[in-house]
Amino acid sequence: MSNHDTTINYTKKDLPKGILKFGIPLLIIGIVAAVLAYYTDPMRASFNNIISLLLIVSVGLGAIFLVALEHIAGAVWSVPFRRIAEHQGFIFLATPLLALPILFNMHDIFEWTHLEVVMNDPILYQKSPYLNEGFFYARSIGIFVVMTFFLFIYLRNSTKQDTTHSQKTTKINALISAAFMPLFAISITMVAIDYAMSLEPHWFSTIFGVYYFAGTFATAMAVLTLLTLSLKSNGNLLKEINGNHYYSMGGLMFAFTAFWMYMAFSQYMLIWYANVPEETFWFLPRMENGWEYLSIGLIFIKFIIPFGLLLNRNSKMNPSRLKLASFWIIGAHVYDMYWLVMPTYNRMSGTEGPVFGWIELGFVALSAGIILVFYYLAANKKNHIAIGDPKLNRALDFRI
Amino acid sequence: MSKLYSVAALFNTPNEIMHAAAKVADAGYENYDVNTPYPLHGMDGAMKLKSSKMGYYTIAIGLTCMSLMLFFMYWVYNIDYPQVIGGKPLFPLPAFVPLMFEITILTGAVLTVAVMIIFYFKFPNNAHPIHDSSYMKAVSSDKFGLIIEAVDPKFDLEGVKAFLASIGAYQVDEIYFDEEEVNTKHKILDSKFVIGMFLLAGVTSISVYLHMNKLLYMPPFDWMLVQHKVTAQDHSDFFKNGISSREPVEGTVARGFMPYLYSDDPDGASENLVNPFVADEDNIALGKKKYLTYCSPCHGDLAKGDSRLHGQFPNGPTLHSDKLLSWTDGRIYHVITEGQNVMPGYKKTVTRKERWAIVNYVRTLQRALDAKEEDMQ
Repeated sequence: MSNHDTTINYTKKDLPKGILKFGIPLLIIGIVAAVLAYYTDPMRASFNNIISLLLIVSVGLGAIFLVALEHIAGAVWSVPFRRIAEHQGFIFLATPLLALPILFNMHDIFEWTHLEVVMNDPILYQKSPYLNEGFFYARSIGIFVVMTFFLFIYLRNSTKQDTTHSQKTTKINALISAAFMPLFAISITMVAIDYAMSLEPHWFSTIFGVYYFAGTFATAMAVLTLLTLSLKSNGNLLKEINGNHYYSMGGLMFAFTAFWMYMAFSQYMLIWYANVPEETFWFLPRMENGWEYLSIGLIFIKFIIPFGLLLNRNSKMNPSRLKLASFWIIGAHVYDMYWLVMPTYNRMSGTEGPVFGWIELGFVALSAGIILVFYYLAANKKNHIAIGDPKLNRALDFRI
Repeated sequence: MSKLYSVAALFNTPNEIMHAAAKVADAGYENYDVNTPYPLHGMDGAMKLKSSKMGYYTIAIGLTCMSLMLFFMYWVYNIDYPQVIGGKPLFPLPAFVPLMFEITILTGAVLTVAVMIIFYFKFPNNAHPIHDSSYMKAVSSDKFGLIIEAVDPKFDLEGVKAFLASIGAYQVDEIYFDEEEVNTKHKILDSKFVIGMFLLAGVTSISVYLHMNKLLYMPPFDWMLVQHKVTAQDHSDFFKNGISSREPVEGTVARGFMPYLYSDDPDGASENLVNPFVADEDNIALGKKKYLTYCSPCHGDLAKGDSRLHGQFPNGPTLHSDKLLSWTDGRIYHVITEGQNVMPGYKKTVTRKERWAIVNYVRTLQRALDAKEEDMQ
């Protein structure tokens, strides 16, 4: 609205030291813990590995989605953070490291990889055209290749625009995003179905992909918010970024917290109402042996508390409160993934009730280390703002 | 009599009004307002307004109404008319959640608007000095306006006009108002308002009555009612006796039906009827299924006369009494077919085979619960 300077005074600065100071120790602890865990208890380690993988996919693939969303919607307010999201998308490149141990331990995790079980089970037999090892590898590799391809296109176009300032690049990006969106929808649904839903291969829920996507969006947004806030306080970003921008980030986290609840409850209520054994058996282990407390806790941790944390307008504009909410949402997503995955560990290993120990903590540390280190690798010595974007001036003047 | 209400300035673009509002706020005016044809992002910041407390009212209203709705549903389902629906618990919370969600949204939205009308609009008053002015016409189509009220402590007519012109207004007017008109206090119980409400209620009732009771029976709106087919219990011009329903031709038996010869002759049934079906596993399973559907609501699952309707309904007797034990299969079959006392006949709903299967199942129950000496061995 105001007559802003058309030149932008942006000077490169080093990344905050905290990123490596926390990132490298966390990564080392995580790798050591993961290796030890695979030696001592490979089954439990593989299930934790799945939680880690789902989290990293959420953070990385979610960030690529945020970039595409900005392009396809022609959003203005988010332009100053797009480069951060692009670098955050680089975290997606860590997924093969996490997926490989799972692919080597598939027999421990996935019931449908056992041929003799599948042949004696009519339901699994009929699902076998989709749920078989060859197609599973193909899907995982396909998703990784296609999404990485888009990530590098976005990064290349964006960096090129830093010098060309070309309006045309913005248009091309919008076109690319139109192709990206359906592929992303299929990819994230497949990730959710393959790595989380097929743990219970008899169970099916058509809303499951959306359920995972809702958590993914909020988590990617939360990581982006945390990175933005720490880069801003370190002086890496422009001083014009203010509460109005933070408000929009908080607003999206808030929206997708509510959206997650909508999806989670839709899934639960239909299954509860229809009361068909083919569907209800998925919820039964989550309602006994101590899991019932975690299930009720999920409602509070993933919905009610972040809803309250983000409801107020000030809480979305105030950086320290927004930081708290972002950490909470990431933690809640880990909790949610734990709740999705670990009851199957109980069934496969014959244990009862939720397990928690150094293995779980180790894999969380591994995920955090991967996020920080991969972000550092992507963003070090690069521009943290898309300075060439023609929309940047308007974005800096953004008012809610 | 006319009195000065405010000085009104008009601007051409959103940018101008944004800067003007900021400058007016900086100059220290308190009683001023901005009117725009659509909401402008950032205006609250330019006017230095504090953030609105309206949201708290909305969530308080929404949560209150949600709790009331929850209590109402609890009262209906658990206190006033408890009944089991679809095998769910008496208080099926997940089924209520969509309703609670929608009630929260609906009441939050609607009542917030109502509260705003009451507080800001001072309902039932509806007059404001800037209504009916050329200024209002301009700002409700394509201009952006700003008014500084005469009650402002820093107000001074010439000074304000010069100030507004200096910050870029293309037109500055004075707005006068008729004190009598604006200060008139309307009351809710104003006779015109009350009569109007009654008239509205009358017109609504009459039109609904005419629609539901007259209009729907007039052509062409009666297309659901009048259809070109023979309906039961109706007049028919096709048949000689003018009745649409036909009686079976005398001396014939409809396919799949077997005439029952002992309608008024229980003793005859008792003596002459023999169970034509062997009480094998399938037959008893069929009898159990039909028994649990049609008989158990009164006679109880084990035929002890202890169903859950006991005491609320004519009590179905036990089927383990000496009388029943001494009855022949034919006699039991007769009662199932024709009914007895308040028990209706089941020949229309339960087929012949199923009735005999029920007889077999009742015999099974009797033998299980009233075992004789020889059964023990």
